[in-house]
Amino acid sequence: MTAGQVVLILTLAVPAAGAVAVPLLPDRVARITGTGAAGLTLLASVLLYAGRGGTSLEPAAPVRPWHSVRGDWAPGLDLQFHIGVDGISYPLVVLTALLTLLCCGYLLGRPDGSRMLVALLLAAEVGIVGTFLALDLVLFFVFFEVVLLPMYAMIAIWGGPGRRAAARKFVLYTLLGSVLLLVGVFVVVAAAGTADIVALTGGGQLGRGTQLLGFTFFALAFAVKAPLWPLHTWLPDAHTEAPTVGSVILAGVLLKLGTYGLIRIGVGVTPEGAAWAATVLGTLAVAAIVVGALVCLAQTELKRLIAYSSVGHMGFVLLGIATGSAAGIQAALIGNIAHGVITGLLFFLAGAIKDRTGTGELAALGGLRETAPGLAGILGFAAIASLGLPGLAGFWGEVFAVVAAIQRGSPGWTVLGVVAAVGAALTAGYFLRLLRRVTHGPPAAVPVAPAGLARIELVAWAPLVGLTLVIGLLPVLVLGMAYGPVEALAVGVGG
Amino acid sequence: MTQAIDHVALLPAYLAAGTALLALLTDLAVARRAATLAVTAAGAATVAVAAWAVGTGPVRDTFCLADAPAACSFRADPTSALVATLFALLTLGVLGLSGYAVRGLPAGEYCFLLAASMTGGVVLGYSRDLITLVVALETLTLPLYALVGLRRRSVDSAQGAVTFFVVSVVSVAVTLLGAALLYAATGAVHLRALAAALADGVPGELTTLASAGAVLVLAGLVFKVAAVPFHAWAPATYDGAPLPIAAYLSTTSKLGGVVAVVYVVAIGLQPWLDVVGPALAGFAVLTMTVGNLVALRQRRMVRLLAWSSVAQAGYILAPLGAFAVGTGRTSDALALAVTATIAYAVFYVMIELAAFGSVVVLRGGAVMPAVSLASLDRSDVDGGEIEQYRGVARRSPWVAAAFTLALVGLAGLPPGLAGLFAKIVVVRSLLGGGAGWLAVIVALNAVIGLAYYLPVAVRLYGDRAAAEPAAVPAERVAGPGLRPGWGAPLWSGLALAATTVVAIVVGFAPQLVLDAAALVAG
Repeated sequence: MTAGQVVLILTLAVPAAGAVAVPLLPDRVARITGTGAAGLTLLASVLLYAGRGGTSLEPAAPVRPWHSVRGDWAPGLDLQFHIGVDGISYPLVVLTALLTLLCCGYLLGRPDGSRMLVALLLAAEVGIVGTFLALDLVLFFVFFEVVLLPMYAMIAIWGGPGRRAAARKFVLYTLLGSVLLLVGVFVVVAAAGTADIVALTGGGQLGRGTQLLGFTFFALAFAVKAPLWPLHTWLPDAHTEAPTVGSVILAGVLLKLGTYGLIRIGVGVTPEGAAWAATVLGTLAVAAIVVGALVCLAQTELKRLIAYSSVGHMGFVLLGIATGSAAGIQAALIGNIAHGVITGLLFFLAGAIKDRTGTGELAALGGLRETAPGLAGILGFAAIASLGLPGLAGFWGEVFAVVAAIQRGSPGWTVLGVVAAVGAALTAGYFLRLLRRVTHGPPAAVPVAPAGLARIELVAWAPLVGLTLVIGLLPVLVLGMAYGPVEALAVGVGG
Repeated sequence: MTQAIDHVALLPAYLAAGTALLALLTDLAVARRAATLAVTAAGAATVAVAAWAVGTGPVRDTFCLADAPAACSFRADPTSALVATLFALLTLGVLGLSGYAVRGLPAGEYCFLLAASMTGGVVLGYSRDLITLVVALETLTLPLYALVGLRRRSVDSAQGAVTFFVVSVVSVAVTLLGAALLYAATGAVHLRALAAALADGVPGELTTLASAGAVLVLAGLVFKVAAVPFHAWAPATYDGAPLPIAAYLSTTSKLGGVVAVVYVVAIGLQPWLDVVGPALAGFAVLTMTVGNLVALRQRRMVRLLAWSSVAQAGYILAPLGAFAVGTGRTSDALALAVTATIAYAVFYVMIELAAFGSVVVLRGGAVMPAVSLASLDRSDVDGGEIEQYRGVARRSPWVAAAFTLALVGLAGLPPGLAGLFAKIVVVRSLLGGGAGWLAVIVALNAVIGLAYYLPVAVRLYGDRAAAEPAAVPAERVAGPGLRPGWGAPLWSGLALAATTVVAIVVGFAPQLVLDAAALVAG
């Protein structure tokens, strides 16, 4: 077993061990242990970058993992424990590990006994990282399902006043998505006789009918998760009611399971299906952008506004995937990462504001610039990054998605691109409105205490602020390693 | 003419019957509850070992027809061994759970009846003709009429027993009528001979007769599985029965029905799957949908589990029905369907036993608020209202964790990996068998299922303060004599722990169950 394989297994084993150990330890020790496990996971995931050269063994395969581990789990179910990392999954794995660590660290600074929350974060991390690493369709599904209940418990136990209903809606909606994924997986497996994603990528072994049917199930499943308008209605409730760390994980990485799945499996395994449904997918994505922006313009609650903004941002990501071209998929990848970093930060900030003022109503907030200048500054930065200012991370995904749509050349796609660009302008509109309401204007009646930033908050947020800048200035950090795999995928769709 | 009887093949059945007698004798001679239970448990364990040992040897046929040596009533092969071992182990598990609940019940009779029922299950595994099959199934069921009615002070118990008795007797009559019609049409009761006769073709004027026979046999058998529309007895009977017997009904008794259906469909009626297949698919769809929808509205714990087990029966039957209506009917496809059915059933009985075991331990060990001191008669403890389980995780975190794992497993989600793989097995076999529409229905039903399993699990961790005001004062709940340790439901706890550990192990190694199930498919 090579060092790379050991590290690959550690990225799953360390958080899993942490999730088991944390509930058994006393609270303070448990939270430190959990944070340590999350830190080790991040270290392991970063180390995966090393030694990625050893991939020339399978020159013909369109998916060329840097490191991979393969073993039989349940051959009777076509289930192999086959995991691997490549340029498409690597940034998402690191993002997941980073956000989990920041959330665990953030909980260290909280007074109450929240060790179970730490355990759930680690359990969810196992599922999310496992989904990104899985190179077997059935294994992908298994990890996809692992995420469900920890996330449900996070919302249902530590959420806001409407948590029960929100958690139930979340779990039933997402389960609907994942059972459709299960059906789709076995539509493909029954036809191809294998569940190996490496072998299936390119769609060569599947007939057109199977690909269309399979993609229909995949698209429905991932559209619930991503979410794609009109299947997004679970998202605002879940994000609004979830505790701060839950919202960060939900928005930061959970939604990416949907878009990643659509790229890796939808476009990868059933490319003809993806090409066939491109127009529908693109239209819905653009509808999501416009509807998300319009709804945001009318929102009166801080967390709900940020939640709805995710619908719009994921719309850009889905538009990029729908184009099926290399540029579009690149846009989706960087859009994924940028949204994870920026919206993660926004939810941290929204949580901090709600903690300090006891309200998230835009009408009750105001003048944060004067009462809590540090907080207002970071909020301004995050909001401007989210609306897609050039030079910050949010810019690339949106611009490339629009460009990719227009590059398709047909009048329909040009219209989609133009409408998406208008949606981007609306996005700017609602974020500026948010800033005007919250940071500018006369100070509101509600007290802001404490006005300054706690050290733990700075530590938790600084990496996100830094990444927003770095990715904005050097998008090649994310895109460079994904270039080869994305080209291979785009060939399959014929884009 | 004398017939050579292979007594080695019959060994597990002898041992099972002997266990029943020994239980009765021990109760007469020693008259100690613990001794009776221990002897019965040891007997059940011996049966499991013997069945396994005989199964690993050569295939043994006995009670064969003199003129047709292939047509045998009794066959000891790996399939039979697996089924017999399962019955013995499940009985062992239920006996473990009984340790606590039988306090108010006559131990000798209880153990005797349970062992007698196990004997029926063991013989069922070996039976290969319609008559032996029905007799074995009735031996499995008959003692249960009495066991369901053992809660002497409960009207529900008596009602449950009578409902069960009437419905069951009718179902046997229906099965026998079907068997008679098949015999009239083909002249065969042995499953293999029946298959051969059906494959050769039934004379035109007898086709209707044989079809009616096939459908009647199946209809009678799905009574035992509690499949819709023959399910109405199950909730009332489960709720009236003593808790361990409810566990036995929903696992062993149901497994008996499944095994009988599989034997009849996969061996006897195999050439006629286009007749029985659509019927089975229809049963499956109705069963899972009705079971899940009605379970949504249940307020009592055992009734919820009963309706959920009705729904689960639908998933169990689905692969067989799907195979039959699917297109390519090769023997490979049949093996896939049978493997899926048996594998799902095995996963299911493990998780279901863990779920009922948790209820037994929670209701018996940590006393619920609704059970006041005065009415602490063990035999009268039933499953209670779901609301009464609110907050039990504070007092019994481990039992609550086991219960949660079982509920989540029944819903088919991680961390209940056994349930997740069970779901995968069924969907895989349905799509492999070309019945995608059925797979979608199963998938949608899984979502409905979660909608009632999850609230129960959440309630375990809920806040007691939010419970109804009628709750018993705190000192009574946590008073000195009433802590979880009181009365030491040690054996129940151990049985629950063992079941949970087994469920977790097969959750990580599902191939064990799949390999075993593949034996049945042959």
